[in-house]
Amino acid sequence: MWYYEKKLQYPVKVSTCNPMLAKFLIEQYGGADGELAAALRYLNQRYTIPGKVVGLLNDIGTEEFAHLEMIATMVYKLTKDATPEQLKQAGIGEHFVDHDRALFYHNAAGVPFTATYIQAKGDPIADLYEDIAAEEKARATYQWIIDMSDDPDLNDSLKFLREREVVHSQRFREAVEILKEDRDAKKIF
Amino acid sequence: MFTQYKYWEPYISPYDPCKPIKVKSYATPPQLYMGFQPYGLKQFNTPKEALYHGTLWPQLYSPYPNPHKGGDQGE
Ligand SMILES: [Fe+2]
Repeated sequence: MWYYEKKLQYPVKVSTCNPMLAKFLIEQYGGADGELAAALRYLNQRYTIPGKVVGLLNDIGTEEFAHLEMIATMVYKLTKDATPEQLKQAGIGEHFVDHDRALFYHNAAGVPFTATYIQAKGDPIADLYEDIAAEEKARATYQWIIDMSDDPDLNDSLKFLREREVVHSQRFREAVEILKEDRDAKKIF
Repeated sequence: MFTQYKYWEPYISPYDPCKPIKVKSYATPPQLYMGFQPYGLKQFNTPKEALYHGTLWPQLYSPYPNPHKGGDQGE
């Protein structure tokens, strides 16, 4: 189970009314390498991975939901007061006709989220290597969003989220090292 | 010391339609080099500093955009 703290992991401030950034940010909400995919991937893998690294998947999977909340807050702030005309000009008129200003799990191109974004191979090394790749891809996605955004306050939060991907990747790499060590290998004489 | 960004020069054709970006770069952040994080790694001085960097340890901090990238030379 979880306890919920009613605050964001890192403050989210948006300084410019630029709904187009919401269109880009939604990639990290419902995209293939986004925070939802990350959270679901890690929390699901917990059950079938050796006990030594279950806690890590639990912690990182949980943190990804905290990141999802930050992205949601950004998207909401960028769109809540935008007029239909502004939304149309920002390229999210298609979103508006289906969802109004409600958030939805799809990527920047409007493709809805699918479970096929995540894998669960049941092989600990295969799964952790996927997790490392997922973190690097999420890091890269943050880079490209930062490149597209000229909102300094928003970018500050995005840089925080990018750094968290760096730390997660580091931890998953350590998890692979833990599972590689042959200290507990079954010795057959 | 490792560097957090690497550079390469893509081939430039005489017929490229856009102004060529002569040097491209990509990130090679610290986790690619650290292996097991050593015990007792130096931490940021204050919790606030650590929060702003997104990590407790300066050695795991990866700046973006590339701080050494000159202003207006494309990538
Ligand atoms: Fe992550």
